[in-house]
Amino acid sequence: MTPLLEVRDLATRFHTLDGTVYAVNGISYTLEEGQTLGIVGESGCGKSVSVLSVMRLIPEPPGKIVAGQVIYRGQDLLTLDEAQMRQIRGKEIAMVFQDPMTSLNPVLTIGRQISEALIAHMGMSQEQARARTVELLEMVGIPQAADRYRDYPHQFSGGMRQRVMIAMALSCMPSILIADEPTTALDVTIQAQIIDLVKALRDRLGMAVIWITHDLGIIAGLAEKVIVMYAGFIVERGEVDDIYDDPRHPYTLALLKSLPRVDRSSQERLATIPGLPPDLLDLPPGCPFAPRCIYRVERCLQENPQLKPVGLHHEIACWVDVTTGREQ
Amino acid sequence: MSDDQVLVRVQGLKKHFPITRGIIIQRQVGAVRAVDGITFDIYRQETLGLVGESGCGKTTAGRTILQLYRPTAGRVIFDGTDLTSLKGNAMRHMRQRMQMIFQDPYASLNPRMTISRIISEPLRVHKLASGPEQVERVQELLRLVRLNPRFINRYPHEFSGGQRQRIGIARALASNPDFIVCDEPISALDVSIQAQVVNLLEDLQDQLGLTYLFIAHDLSMVRHICDRVAVMYLGLIVELAAKDELYDHPLHPYTQALLSAVPVPDPKVERKRRRIILEGDVPSPVNPPSGCRFHTRCARAQELCSQQEPAWRDVGGGHFVACHLV
Repeated sequence: MTPLLEVRDLATRFHTLDGTVYAVNGISYTLEEGQTLGIVGESGCGKSVSVLSVMRLIPEPPGKIVAGQVIYRGQDLLTLDEAQMRQIRGKEIAMVFQDPMTSLNPVLTIGRQISEALIAHMGMSQEQARARTVELLEMVGIPQAADRYRDYPHQFSGGMRQRVMIAMALSCMPSILIADEPTTALDVTIQAQIIDLVKALRDRLGMAVIWITHDLGIIAGLAEKVIVMYAGFIVERGEVDDIYDDPRHPYTLALLKSLPRVDRSSQERLATIPGLPPDLLDLPPGCPFAPRCIYRVERCLQENPQLKPVGLHHEIACWVDVTTGREQ
Repeated sequence: MSDDQVLVRVQGLKKHFPITRGIIIQRQVGAVRAVDGITFDIYRQETLGLVGESGCGKTTAGRTILQLYRPTAGRVIFDGTDLTSLKGNAMRHMRQRMQMIFQDPYASLNPRMTISRIISEPLRVHKLASGPEQVERVQELLRLVRLNPRFINRYPHEFSGGQRQRIGIARALASNPDFIVCDEPISALDVSIQAQVVNLLEDLQDQLGLTYLFIAHDLSMVRHICDRVAVMYLGLIVELAAKDELYDHPLHPYTQALLSAVPVPDPKVERKRRRIILEGDVPSPVNPPSGCRFHTRCARAQELCSQQEPAWRDVGGGHFVACHLV
């Protein structure tokens, strides 16, 4: 079966006055129909840039997609012109952003903002678009949807705005929904509402979801496959159970150990990862995690490891086998 | 616990912010009841967690306890002294003993000041040290928060978020306080950096005998760092207990919902967990619901809940709760 989306060796850089920022450095992954993929990493690891590249939303200049292919239903999105790309965005692949306040236009009613896509992509009339918009607002759980059609973004709370964003993203029934930290700005109770909503809609509409977050907890309950990113590289990927039960990359391992858990009492000190993530302007020649890694061997500082399998669907980019602590 | 083990005693503390109309003659037309009568003790050398959703009044509570806001009503008794009755020099003198660590390490350090000036500011304000003694103290503080003392003449922009937060901690420690209000000190930091700062705060507490009020919304981290935890909702504390008691046996429906909403980084546990999804958003603190403030979102609410405010009581072993159904 050919995957719905296949990203091959994608690399994105930003040319700034300070030098070249190596934001995404050759990442590959696939997404099947209806599948949920979680991309986890800390700020600056390239997780957002990687999906913005897929959507061709990287501002050029300063940014540039320098290599790779993004194959969606047999078509390389990186070769499309802007007009063709516009037919993909929103209609085939839609995106929900982190901050619902800045991603909505404050001077347009939310009804108008949602129906815009329906009129542009689906060729609906004003009337049809309006009826469909109200349906969508109901679907994402906005009470009195018909009355709220004429409201402006500031009249909604943070959680409700994120629902509006989701309604907008779903308006053209996309095959892929990309969610870029959609709940980071929200409280946990509202976050639970939004995750629940996306899960229910995913199951109902059969769309694939790419969920980007720094929160390993969210991914555990949501995704089937997980990618862990560090400094623009994929350092580990696998099925969700592989990643949490049997993490093999020192970074994933350290990250999971540094997290306290709400369901467990602990008296122990938190495990820490010493140091800071590398400067993307000046990546070290070897493994980007090597300077902070407790398993580091000589080779780590010279050569950057490629992803290689350690299980059926489980791959890591590391020279060391963390189960033995020795070089592989 | 006996009285001499209490460092901070908060009694019926309220902070209302007036809402005014009019340009020249401002009439008060209402009030934001940010903190609306909270009562609890903070014991010496403990970490008391204060959790709740945004807008529940937890930051206002922290600031009012420190008298950064003058309370509308109630008292704060710090080591036997009623802070609400202190003024001028007496209050300023007391402030040495209570400090604050802020949430945003980017906004809470003056970008035009060197690290040395930032950290020594409390020393100058309280006339605790000057000249070479002051420099020495700043270097000592930098070592205490595990920063290189040679950084003394650098500016905040040269540091990462985690390092800036350490600078904020060093500043808070400069006047040798007993009590520190930590207002979301790690929520702006990356996961791998959070653990570093939390471990530092724990070490400093052991080393210097500090008492913390730890305000946060990350309930997993609060379970790790705190001894007791208070849960706030719409200006009131609804439950307070020792941390394991609260997390393992939450009694208030709001605490139960809040805890169930926190994701656990374990797919096997996540598949089995049942979430209590709260409907809607937090009501406005300008016009809070009658009776129990949580009744509008509570799945178990009964008629009584909308009519009568539940009493704040100890249900045994220092587990306090305000709910009719418990």
